[in-house]
Amino acid sequence: MHDKQVRRRRAVLILLVAVSLILLTAYFGETPTSPLHSVQRGVVEVLSPVEQGASTVLAPVRDGAGWISDTLHAKSQVKTLRAQVQNLTSQLAQAKGAQLQNGQLSHLVHLDNSIGVSAFHPVTAQVIVRDPTLWYQTVTVDKGSDDGVHLNDPVIADKGLVGEISEVSPTASVVSLITDHTVSVTARVTDVNADTGELVPAVGSPNQLLLQYLQPPNPSQIQNGPQAGQLVVTAGFRSGAGDSYYPANIPIGFVAQFKEDQLFNDGQIQVTPAADLRRFDVVQILTAPHPGLERAQVP
Amino acid sequence: MTEVKDKVKLPLRLILLAFVAVLVQESAVSQISIFGVSADITPLVVMSVGLLCGSMTGAVFGFGTGLLIDLVLVQTLGVTSLLYIVIGYWAGRLRELRDPSHELVPLAAGAVAAAFAGLGMALIQFLLGVDAPVSLLLLQQIFVVVLVDTLLALPVHALVRRIIRPVLPEDPRRRRRRAYTTGGLSPLQQGAARRGLTSRTAR
Repeated sequence: MHDKQVRRRRAVLILLVAVSLILLTAYFGETPTSPLHSVQRGVVEVLSPVEQGASTVLAPVRDGAGWISDTLHAKSQVKTLRAQVQNLTSQLAQAKGAQLQNGQLSHLVHLDNSIGVSAFHPVTAQVIVRDPTLWYQTVTVDKGSDDGVHLNDPVIADKGLVGEISEVSPTASVVSLITDHTVSVTARVTDVNADTGELVPAVGSPNQLLLQYLQPPNPSQIQNGPQAGQLVVTAGFRSGAGDSYYPANIPIGFVAQFKEDQLFNDGQIQVTPAADLRRFDVVQILTAPHPGLERAQVP
Repeated sequence: MTEVKDKVKLPLRLILLAFVAVLVQESAVSQISIFGVSADITPLVVMSVGLLCGSMTGAVFGFGTGLLIDLVLVQTLGVTSLLYIVIGYWAGRLRELRDPSHELVPLAAGAVAAAFAGLGMALIQFLLGVDAPVSLLLLQQIFVVVLVDTLLALPVHALVRRIIRPVLPEDPRRRRRRAYTTGGLSPLQQGAARRGLTSRTAR
């Protein structure tokens, strides 16, 4: 009797492990249109209204805990933010001047209506599911293809770019955050040289990004190159076939402290995301990221 | 008919428990940041079910919960199931072999379960080819998650026990132990009582 029980227990364990390994292997080698992915999309579609309801019901609990956490977090950030405000105020003064000049020049080439976010048909969505692991870095939002959301649409939160749409169902979508290993963005540092590179997550450091393939600045004009605290924005073009198209000048983050050797030897610097990727509840999906692809022509 | 009903009650409660645990985890708990990380109650729920129901139920519950998580979060199917099978089975075997009765056992088991889930996930991701250097920050985050989960282990275990205990079949070993501790079935005491002797404490 005991032997039979032991044999049964072992058989169940082996069966479960085998099923898991088969699922893992099958899923890993599949394309996004294959049956297992379709089943997953179906489950997301069925469960998204339930998750939406649960998210609403549990909102007070979340807000209460968030308030305590935010208060503690805010205290530790005061010093850094004061320094950042000082830095940004001087940058703002420069930007205002540049904006005036840019407005005049844009009028000349009839580009004045394509800069604001409203031109990209933003759809506001609520975060209903958040992945707790450090590995996948995805969130699920309550808007899907019924609201005009498409695969690879850029997603922004209050302070800047947070990710792109990686799965769409009619009523919900999955957003892969910019710290997810599947996402890369062509980005530009707002320095004198306007250094452009490919922004990828530093996967071992879950809250950091890495701006790669930068052209090292001329050693005699190092002040024109990237400096800590400078804003990093989307470049507005794709550098590889795998990249998504993001509109230009959406803030992504700030250049973190880096060693000059890192820039000169590896052509890379670290970037801290502008948006707090674990604390946003509402996002905007840019459903028309390239509203006018017509070429600007100087009259 | 009543017997069939009783047999179905436990699986039904476990299915409901898995569903609610995943829903609460993804809709609320994972959106609350504590020391920069989010707690993960699902390995704790699997561990508790293993401790209360045994290895086979623990493993099956772990598989189901893991699969549900992978489906809801659109992750690689099978990864979380694989980890949670081990957690459920291990917790069940702990109960079957050692039958630990100390109140702090769920705390220690919760810490082990959370550590296994965090490190196991990292290991599987590396094996699947995610290009990631092992940084101190990653290990630090896993450590903080384990710490937060350890603090939550006791209340989660108490809640799970409250939900499934009414439908658990009576374990003969526990019944015997309970009888011994209350002095009901001890052959020594029964013998002494027959011979008309009183215990030392009574004197």
